[in-house]
This record gives sequence, structure tokens and C-alpha cells, in this order.
Amino acid sequence: MKKLMIGNQAVAAGLHDGGLGVVSSYPGTPSTEITEFLSQYDDLHSEWAPNEKVACEVAFGASLAGARSACAMKHVGLNVAADPLFTLSYTGVNGGMVICVADDPAMHSSQNEQDSRHYAVAAKVPMLEPSDSAEAYAFAKSAFELSEKYDTPVLLRMCTRIAHSQSVVETAEPTPAVLKDYEKTPAKYIMMPGNAIKRHPIVEQRTLALQALAEDCVYNTVEMHSDEIGIITSGCSYLYVKEALGDSVSILKIGMPNPLPVELIKDFAAKVKKLYVIEELDPIIETHVRALGLEVVGKELFSMLGEFSQQTIAKAFGLADKASVSADSPIPARPPMMCAGCPHRGIFYTLAKNKITVHGDIGCYTLGAVPPLSALDSTLCMGASISGLHGFNAARGASAEGKTVAVIGDSTFMHSGMTGLVNVAYNATNSTVIILDNSITGMTGHQQNPTTGFNIKGDPAAKVDLEALCHALGINRVRVVDPYDLAACETAIKEELAAAEPSVIISRRPCVLLKTVKHAPPLTVDADKCRSCKKCMKLGCPAISLKDGKAKIDATLCVGCGVCKQLCAFDAIN
Amino acid sequence: MKTTSVMIVGVGGQGSLLASKLLGRLLMDEGYDVKVSEVHGMSQRGGSVVTYVRFGDKVYSPIVTEGEADVIISFEKLEAARYASYLKEGGRIVVNTQQIDPMPVIIGAAQYPVDVLDELIAKGVNVEALDALALAEQAGSSKAVNIVLMGRVAKSLDIPYERWIAAIENTVAPKFVEMNKKAFDLGYNA
Repeated sequence: MKKLMIGNQAVAAGLHDGGLGVVSSYPGTPSTEITEFLSQYDDLHSEWAPNEKVACEVAFGASLAGARSACAMKHVGLNVAADPLFTLSYTGVNGGMVICVADDPAMHSSQNEQDSRHYAVAAKVPMLEPSDSAEAYAFAKSAFELSEKYDTPVLLRMCTRIAHSQSVVETAEPTPAVLKDYEKTPAKYIMMPGNAIKRHPIVEQRTLALQALAEDCVYNTVEMHSDEIGIITSGCSYLYVKEALGDSVSILKIGMPNPLPVELIKDFAAKVKKLYVIEELDPIIETHVRALGLEVVGKELFSMLGEFSQQTIAKAFGLADKASVSADSPIPARPPMMCAGCPHRGIFYTLAKNKITVHGDIGCYTLGAVPPLSALDSTLCMGASISGLHGFNAARGASAEGKTVAVIGDSTFMHSGMTGLVNVAYNATNSTVIILDNSITGMTGHQQNPTTGFNIKGDPAAKVDLEALCHALGINRVRVVDPYDLAACETAIKEELAAAEPSVIISRRPCVLLKTVKHAPPLTVDADKCRSCKKCMKLGCPAISLKDGKAKIDATLCVGCGVCKQLCAFDAIN
Repeated sequence: MKTTSVMIVGVGGQGSLLASKLLGRLLMDEGYDVKVSEVHGMSQRGGSVVTYVRFGDKVYSPIVTEGEADVIISFEKLEAARYASYLKEGGRIVVNTQQIDPMPVIIGAAQYPVDVLDELIAKGVNVEALDALALAEQAGSSKAVNIVLMGRVAKSLDIPYERWIAAIENTVAPKFVEMNKKAFDLGYNA
């Protein structure tokens, strides 16, 4: 049946139709929908894991048990899952195992633009890279056979444009899921030195076998149209090359970026006068081509930064710019911002007002960095707020401890905040951590997590008690505050910063976008009472603007949270 | 057939994703090769959002670059101006005249350009402005701005009226079908 699918839906359909038994993932843009779509199937086990390392290990266990398994994550998630990945390369698999990883060139929703292909090379596992949804389906489906035949996990690399672009997919007959036998095989699966040392040569032999496959496989294809220009490319870069240059050049399209073919590339290079490599991010293919002693044009012409487009390719090949017109007036930026009624706002307002140094983390609340709140000092990676705060306080001592906090969301705390908090307690800095508990994984589009009480299918599940957990991790002072109550936020933050021991403040209120959250009627400004002091404007609430010098509340955006009302000294907001 | 490029731009939360879903599915059912590209993630949070819809015999790139768009459908004035350079010569912008101030304007760090559509018209850009919000409210919901705009664009795409109506019936939840059909007609006849 023909369907229009985003790449991630096609991956999900491909994995399912390839006989998937178990999938475990942690959400992360642009990979999240793979697992969301898989959760709609009832003939497999799907789950949100607390982090990518857990997810990858769950997939390993399922593979060991004989099921075809998968996990999905964004590029930085693979950093977290890198530990199991590198040794999975040695153990190999029982049931086929696919690790989907989605890169984010141009950082639409990420903190860096690392290139996941390095992991395939470093961990010595094969990687497939589709260029549209039809290939995403086919590659995902066939990845299990590749995995089982070569006894290796397979990386499936997506990028934002492929993951989130819809194109036409024709699905095939599903392969029924089969549970292979499990047999205890210590030499293969217990990676202690004596066993691992015997597995390493097997990994090297496997790479040679996969290289042989790369010479002649469905993933790598040649289109000969010209003996002048030959382009080696892959993924979405292939699409841009076809769009810009059509059939005027010859193309070697790489669908398996690791391991790369040797003879295929040499043959292709021999048939053209000038050879180019066009790939987004790092020069992985180019480095390989150069190592073969071939002359090639690559990164000197095509940037390592951001995304390409057909325009990038056209410009590089000297094609004329397409005529276009633009306005002369400066166009103000429209950055994303915290929603009207966002429960994080009250905490950030209080922190900014008291000039607190704030170690941030990854989630919607990273938007606390945006003016006018400008409340954050740092954001590095998942969980780094708490460990960073501890290090900051260890370095600066008491002078910092009373003026510094970490902020971390409920899902991020489950992901990798707990170990940082243990460290605070164990190594005793007088640190204050604020857990922004909005009862959901917000930024990636509302996924359940271990603190919400529901699983991926929305069914009731065990719910982590954050207060009890923080106590158990060694923190004696744990208190809960409602972020809609500014006075309570102020008191809590001041008291905990003044306390002579580490503490946790749980700022608890569900995300205002959750369907279960009931909104209060919108507030209005009494223009006669408004004295234009602009204090309410300091909240950075998108519902509040100034009209003729007076505050005005947009009734379609306001959810009646009442935070601005608490700030108004003239009782103008009601 | 040459590839046709449509851009749908607006502010996160305005419903541009439903518009692209409707259009993409309709075009596929009409037998075209289709690609629809959107960037998710922070888009729900009031940021500028852009969706590309491309169709033809064989579509390669999922994105539209400067000077390529046959039509830009903008849910908001400023966003029309932001992406105007993507319009090709002879293309047109269908724009909802609604103004939504971005945060830099709200806090006084930047100015919302006055008469920005007139500026584009003066430069020869084919701008078709309509108050889609008013028409949507007339149809029964301010959320139907997307369907009003699709109705306005529908006239010039080579797809019969009945097919659009069928696509609405297949895409939106049953209880909203009548309201959306009304919104579509208001845009179509605007």
C-alpha cells in the first residue's frame, strides 16, 4: 500500500515489517517518532527507557534472548549509549539488532552537530543511511538480516531532513517476528579479557567481509551519465545533487557509509575526469577516498557546517542564482519561547530577579536562557546541570554556594541527573538543585517517563517518588513548591540557598500543554489602573504585550496562570 | 512535469502542520510524487515554522531554497516577509493579515515592520492578502485559519474542488468536518 510517511514512520514500519520483537528508546529530536510509531503496534514490546544507554542494553538483552530488537536515539544520545555499543561490536547478536541514530545538521533542536558516522567507524559496526522514506523502510527492514548474517549490531543513520520529510512509501509483506533459541555461550557474551581478546579478531574479519559486501550491494549504487564529473554522495546530499545537477553528472550513491567500498570507488573514479565527494558534516567518505590515493574535491568546496541544499550544490558548481526579492525592512527574529502559562517561568523569574547563577540542562527550560529572563549561565548536555553545579561550588566554595543552583527537568533527572545528585551528597558541596517537575518529557513532544505514572502506551505504570528518591540519594532537605506561587518560590530558593547542607527544591506543576491540564479563564488588564511600570513584561510571557504604553493580555494565549497578577503592584491585572 | 514548490510558513501553534498533511496527502492521491518537509522540535513554542511541500513526476530535494517557491502560504504577515526571498519570479504569496508580535518586539528590542506587505507589493511581488482569522471565526473556529488559507490557494492548484473536500473529510476529525468545509469555502470564494 502506498503511503506518505515521514522518514521516522518509515523506519518504524520497516523495523516492524522486518520482524521486530522489542524496542527501547529515549526520546530525542529528530529520532522520537520512530519509537512513537512503533508503540502503536501491539505485536511487539515498546518502551521509553530512562536513557539511551539503558535502551541500548535492553535491545542487547532482547537480541541475546533471540528477538529482533532495536533502539532509537538522537546523535548525542549515542554518546550515552556508546559504552554498550563498543562492546556489542565484540559480542555480536543472537536476534538481529538495529540502533537507529538521527543526526541534526544545522542544530534545529540540538546542542551540537556531531557526525554519528564516526561511531560506526570507531565501533567497527556497519551503518546504513537512507535518503528518503522508501529507503528508510527498505533499509530498516533489511538491517535485521544484515545484523544476523554478519553477527553485528547495525547502525541506521537518519538526519533531520530524512527523519522529518514525508515521501511516498510502498510497504511490503511483513516478516513475522520469530524468537530464536537462546543458548548459553559464555565465550561470545561474557566480555572479560580472556574472551574479548578472542572476539576482537572476529570483529576485524567481519569488517573485511562487510567491505566485500560493500563492493556489490543494494545499498551502494552507481548512476553513470557523464565521464566528466563524478560525485560520491549519500543521504540527503544525494537528493540535493540530483535536484541541482540532474543527469548531467555521474553519481556513486553510498547507502552504507561504513564500511566503505574500495574497488567500487576506484572503478568509479577511473571513469570520470573529476571526482567530488559531497557529504554533510565531517569528511568521512572523503578521508576514505583520499586514503585510496585518489584525487578528489571535498571539504574545500563543501562546508562541515550545517545543512546543504540544492542551492549549496548549484553555487559550488557555478550555476546562476535564482532571482528573488526580499523586503528592505529589518525582519525581527522569532525565536521559540516558553509558552504562556509555562510552569517554569515563575522559577526562572525568581532566579533572574535574585541574580542567581544557574546551571541549566536539556529540555524546554533551556528557553529560560532567552531574553528577557536570560536566567541561565550554562547548558552542556543531559544531566550536566547538577554535576556542573557541584564542580562550580567545589571550585568557588561558600561564596558561590549561596548564589548558585542547578535546574533540571523530571525526565532529564531520570536520564542522568540522579548520579550527579549522589555526587553532590557524597562529596558534600552545599549545592541547591531545582527539579522542574512538569510531569512529562516536554521538549520532544510529550513522552511519558518514569516520574509520570504512565508507560509509552499511556497505561498506568510504576511512578518514581521524586521526594523519596532524593532522600535515598543522600539529600536531607527536599521541599516542593508550586511555581505559580512567586512568594513561595522566593522563600524556597532563599531558604535552601541559605541552608548549611545540600538541598533539592521540586518545582511541581504539569506542562500547560498537557490535555489533562485545565486552564483558568484569561486575565485582563485594567488600562486605567496600569501605570506602565512594565514589571509584568519581565516575565517574557508571549501573552503580554504593550499597547499604547499599557500592558495588554492576549486572551487567545493566556491560560490564567496568574503569575503576572502577582507582580502587578497596582492591581491592574484580574 | 516540472516540480512545483509550495511553502507554508507561520508561527508555531498556528496549525501549519495540518495544512501540509492535507496538501501532501491530496497530492499523493492525485498521483504525484510528493515530498513534505518540516522541522519539529521547538516549533510548538511560538517560533517561526516553515514547511515545504514539493510535487511533480519525480521529486528529489525535500526542501525549497531562495527563488524557488511557486506559492508561499503565510499564516502571519511578518513570516511572509521573512520568507519572501524564497519566492520565484512570477510566484505568489497568499498571506493571512494577522500580526503576531515576536518576543523581541514584545520586549521592545525590535520593531514590527509597518506596511511590510506594501513594501513587497511595491517591489512587484504578487501578494494576495486576506483576513483568514476573521473568515475562520466566521466558519466557527479561530483554529481553522489553516483551512481558510488552503481554500484560497486551492483555486490555483490544478486539483478539482471535490477532491479537496474529500481530503478534508479524510484528514480532520469527524466532528470538525462541517466547520472545516465551511472555512475552506470561505477561503475558496474570498
